[in-house]
Amino acid sequence: MAEMALWEAVRRAHDEELARDPMVIVMGEDVGLAGGTYKATLGLYEKYGPERVIDTPISENSFTGLGIGASFLGVRPIIEIMSVNFAWLALDQIANTAAKVRYMSGGQLQAPVVIRSPGGVAHQLGAQHSARMEKVFMGIAGLRVVTPSNPRQAYGLLKSAVRCNDPVFINEHEYMYNLRGEVPDEEYLHPLEGSEVAREGRDVTLFGYNISVHWCLKAAERLAAEHGIDCEVVDLYALSPLDRAGIARSVAKTHRAVIVEEAEAPCGVGAEVMAIINEECFYELDAPPVRVSARNVPIPYNRTLERAAIPDPDEVVAAVLRLLGR
Amino acid sequence: MPLETIEDKKRVLREMLFARRFEERCYEAYVERKIGGFLHLYPGQEACVHGVMEAARPGFDYVITGYRDHIHAIKCGCDPKAVMAELYGKATGCSRGYGGSMHLFDVEHRFMGGYALVGGPFPLAAGIAKAILMQGGEEISICFLGDAANNQGTFHETMNMASLWKLPVLYVCENNLYGIGTRIDRSTAVVDQYKRVCGYNIPAVQVDGQDVEAVYEAAKEAVAHVRARKGPYFMELLTYRYRGHSMSDSNAYRPKEEERKWSRRDPIIILRDRLVEAGAMTHDDYKRMDDEILDEIENEIVPFAERSPEPRVEDLERYVLADDDSCRRA
Ligand SMILES: Cc1ncc(C[n+]2csc(CCOP(=O)(O)OP(=O)(O)O)c2C)c(N)n1
Ligand SMILES: [Mg+2]
Repeated sequence: MAEMALWEAVRRAHDEELARDPMVIVMGEDVGLAGGTYKATLGLYEKYGPERVIDTPISENSFTGLGIGASFLGVRPIIEIMSVNFAWLALDQIANTAAKVRYMSGGQLQAPVVIRSPGGVAHQLGAQHSARMEKVFMGIAGLRVVTPSNPRQAYGLLKSAVRCNDPVFINEHEYMYNLRGEVPDEEYLHPLEGSEVAREGRDVTLFGYNISVHWCLKAAERLAAEHGIDCEVVDLYALSPLDRAGIARSVAKTHRAVIVEEAEAPCGVGAEVMAIINEECFYELDAPPVRVSARNVPIPYNRTLERAAIPDPDEVVAAVLRLLGR
Repeated sequence: MPLETIEDKKRVLREMLFARRFEERCYEAYVERKIGGFLHLYPGQEACVHGVMEAARPGFDYVITGYRDHIHAIKCGCDPKAVMAELYGKATGCSRGYGGSMHLFDVEHRFMGGYALVGGPFPLAAGIAKAILMQGGEEISICFLGDAANNQGTFHETMNMASLWKLPVLYVCENNLYGIGTRIDRSTAVVDQYKRVCGYNIPAVQVDGQDVEAVYEAAKEAVAHVRARKGPYFMELLTYRYRGHSMSDSNAYRPKEEERKWSRRDPIIILRDRLVEAGAMTHDDYKRMDDEILDEIENEIVPFAERSPEPRVEDLERYVLADDDSCRRA
């Protein structure tokens, strides 16, 4: 096991997949000569050449569509959208083509593209560079959505996504590229479905994904140390399809649920997980589930306002204490 | 399948007449409510797809288009019975009943589909061309779209990339002068569509889209250019649709005089008259050809669609995600 930064893990996955299969290509703005905005493709242009590590013009919808068209013939494009905020421009090709082509062709065509993009609230990037779009992609039938919370997942999810015959959207976090963690030395494919128990516990389940897993873990530590509350933390690295069985299993054990998301509450992951709890294990509950979500505002520039707009471990702690009536 | 000899021309005349009669029969089936949804018909524009594809290799070259796609699918080699069955929503349809009129697919014949979002296929065609280059084949990618599609961002974004990367893709603009009810000069600053790719350094021609032989001659050069890996090429074919945009369109916005003028330039009649004048066929021969076609449509194609089974409701969720284990290997 080597420890590495998340960006290095993503870079390693790109490198190995490019080496393994000549049909794998990488495309996006500044992924080539410049090595990628977050260094996810550093050195790969030199190693695999401009035909396979392709610097694109700033044409999100069309270079995404170009990758999708190539995938019809068996090319395996990894498309980087520089910031998830720009993925709004590519939604047409992602939602109308990639996600639907297998279905509307009656199974004749498929679009095995990987679209990866950093999003989330980072450091004062303002309203148009702070989107959290996972909820948008989760609502699209025919598209898989995964989101890593650590370098091991980032590495293994990308490798699995490249081999998967469905289109996969990988939601990374702009704040997490320097996060360090262990990644297996040997090749590792992370499942694209399911969930992981990041911490075992008995009293309450904290559901998180991507950056909010870390808030949950921090909150769990404090709740254990300061209040003697034993939290389970479930990492929902797969947002579509969501792990219904895994969600129900943990709730059946702890009987209480808190869902923590960096995004606004409406139509979000929290809403969806709550609905699943209702449908799968309502009678296991000892208390109504709770969401800890961002405020429903465009993200402001001012640092204090920005931090106030999204949850943090303190808010998770407070929500758990309220839930337990303390 | 070149359009050089008298025999070729008779075959293409028959194909174009078949296309006309097929679409007219779709119109009837729609009125009878056998066909649902949006239905966009091709009469008037037959010389476009036939002229271009005679210069290309149907079933070998990849073709992609918009929602006005029945005849493009058939010209690539898709069985007209499977097209009609698709319009009827049947399991024997070329998209198994999951696509409908605007989403015909026949990947075996390299017909890569009809897409409903105006301008959507531009980048898909470029991507297919990129894949061809990577895989070292001799195919080309051909994209047929309308004039109004050129006002989408995908047109400009894709022309730029196709030219920059010298992709083997032929863009065919079937300029029928209208995007639904808006005539081209009311929506588009530059009416001559071939001029719009100059800024992307793509060679382009403007051709009489009612004359299948003229389209063919121009397409030979275009196809040769693209097949020789010299980069993309753009053809603008001046044409006209003889019906409304779709079945729900009254067509009231078009001046009658304009319609009359174009109806005198019917691509089928132009080719027929040439063959009659050359002594290659008589009006009786033409009539016989027409009767045979009508007979085939009425007694083979429509009954096939009528009698075919519906898709099964149990299969509603099939084809949403891959049913192989490619996504579950970890
Ligand atoms: C993105 C998008 N916007 C609008 C429409 C509605 N629409 C369907 S066809 C059409 C006109 C397109 O005209 P043109 O490209 O010239 O093709 P034609 O129908 O004349 O063959 C419009 C506006 C659509 N399908 N997709
Ligand atoms: Mg038009």
